[in-house]
Amino acid sequence: MRVMVLSKAAAPALPRLVVRALGRVPVHVTIAAVCCLWLVPTVALLVSSFRPPNLVATSGWWTAFRLPLAFTVENYAAVLTTYNMAPSFVNSLLITVPATVIPLLIAAYAAYAFAWMSFPGRDWLFLAVVGLLVVPLQTTFIPVLTLFVQLGLTGTFLGLWLAHTGYGLPLAIYLLRNFIGSLPRDIFESALIDGAGHWTVFFRIVLPTSVAALASLAIFQFLWVWNDLLVALIYLGGQPDVAPVTVTISNLVNSLGQGWQLLTAAAFISMALPLAVFFSLQRYFARGLLAGALKG
Amino acid sequence: MGRLVLAAAVVAGVPVLLVGYITLVEGALVALPTRRAAAVRPWLWTAPGFFFLCVFLVYPTLKTIQLSLFGPDSSGFVGLANYLAIFTQSATQVALRNNGLWLVLFTFLTVALGLLIAVLTDRVRYESFAQSIVFLPMAISFTAASVIWKFMFDYRPAGTAQTGTLNALLTLIPGFQPRAWLVNAPLNTVFLILASTWVWTGFCMVILSAALKGLSAEVLDAARIDGANEWQVFWRVIFPLLGGTVAVVTTVMIVFSLKTFDVVYVMTSGNFSTQIIAFSQYQQMFINRDFGKASAIGVVLLVAILPVLAFNLQRFRQQEAER
Repeated sequence: MRVMVLSKAAAPALPRLVVRALGRVPVHVTIAAVCCLWLVPTVALLVSSFRPPNLVATSGWWTAFRLPLAFTVENYAAVLTTYNMAPSFVNSLLITVPATVIPLLIAAYAAYAFAWMSFPGRDWLFLAVVGLLVVPLQTTFIPVLTLFVQLGLTGTFLGLWLAHTGYGLPLAIYLLRNFIGSLPRDIFESALIDGAGHWTVFFRIVLPTSVAALASLAIFQFLWVWNDLLVALIYLGGQPDVAPVTVTISNLVNSLGQGWQLLTAAAFISMALPLAVFFSLQRYFARGLLAGALKG
Repeated sequence: MGRLVLAAAVVAGVPVLLVGYITLVEGALVALPTRRAAAVRPWLWTAPGFFFLCVFLVYPTLKTIQLSLFGPDSSGFVGLANYLAIFTQSATQVALRNNGLWLVLFTFLTVALGLLIAVLTDRVRYESFAQSIVFLPMAISFTAASVIWKFMFDYRPAGTAQTGTLNALLTLIPGFQPRAWLVNAPLNTVFLILASTWVWTGFCMVILSAALKGLSAEVLDAARIDGANEWQVFWRVIFPLLGGTVAVVTTVMIVFSLKTFDVVYVMTSGNFSTQIIAFSQYQQMFINRDFGKASAIGVVLLVAILPVLAFNLQRFRQQEAER
């Protein structure tokens, strides 16, 4: 109606406007369809995790909104206590926090040296770091596992921290060196002339000015380790007492089969932290992830 | 309780240890003459990094190449027998074939969809909102994504209520029989690829969208004024200009498709002929206890990724030259 009234008022210009607006309809429809396709699977998971078992087994998740509504939090209570998800969540945290802090600090030391100290072979060594970025982890598992067995590190958090440190370093060194190397030369020279040592320059100037880069990298490494299944499977084995959430869920998928109300609740518990990070730190997250594109 | 103590000790201890290391290094270097200190300092600052790189990446890679020429328990030289076995045994042949399908289909779908969504959302005001939705799965684990999609593809026998979304939608079509999507090869591999595509499209989209923003509006407008329609603008102007970024994104997807493991492990456990190389390696390591073949698979993956490595190094050198 509105369009017809308007078109009488401004006859010559409007047909083109209307055509353009109509021409954009397919764009909006396609984007809406894409958004649906990307949201529906997650919504299905979330809704099912709050439905009682008998309903999940006999009706689709979309029927949950028909009256009478029947939602429950019992599935969460069950997976957290009976199915080991609460201890696994703690394990995941215990694995992830050190596996994020250690490589970041070690990489920052190396990056600082690569960027602002000169030593023979520096450029070639850095090229080697870039090369190591894409080495598939699969190429390293067997010798590292053999080493861990000899040292008694299999099934321990320490082993996993060390491994994730090694695997996370190439990317961290690469990115931090590029960032720290792009800081203006003046601040280093004036600080060193003022008699500040490298310790002071690094902790008082370099680290504080690199917070954004460090944050992006920390988020990337945190999510990478939190979401990791394979490295944990290899070095921790299937032991339930040290298993992170990913390993516990993959075990539940095998043992529960069709217990979808439990599987969906467990999956959502594992997603809660990454989603919180995603929504609160989205900008850093995207930046870290783009930078992580090269990781092997 | 023990865990909390451990957590507290680690949270406090790790930074103290690492900061303590550099403090010690700098403290010791004061004792040296300035020039000696300047020569030694870089090596001490990089030492922890090089130590980890050598122990977890350099040494294992070389050792794996060596082990791939030996038998299951790493004793007894067998030459290239492990490699021969990988390329001739039917189980690993299936894995190689599936990986080929992953490489082509997964890479194509993620890059094409990522580009399409980036170009479409570029034209609307709610761009960042729509992109957030597509990007969201990147935050969650493949394990969780596998549960999500296993549930989407769930199958119940015909005549009972379908709880899987895909079967429920398709059975709305009269005469359509529900299918067990994850059971019948080779289509089941395609469904695993679709689940992974759902996760990774957002990644391609964000990178391509950033590159798209970098294109000059004048060039695009000039093409439009010259009478090019949107289809021509895309294929003749936008796509060629994005070529470099598309190449980068494509290599990242290729690397990922070669090493993919989680989705197959969680959704099908490698059953129904869905296994892929990384999964075969896991089997060789922990089920067959054959470290020779498992190593050989690792080397095959490394060799497959070498061209990407060369591409990265070349790109890095270009960047350095421009600095």
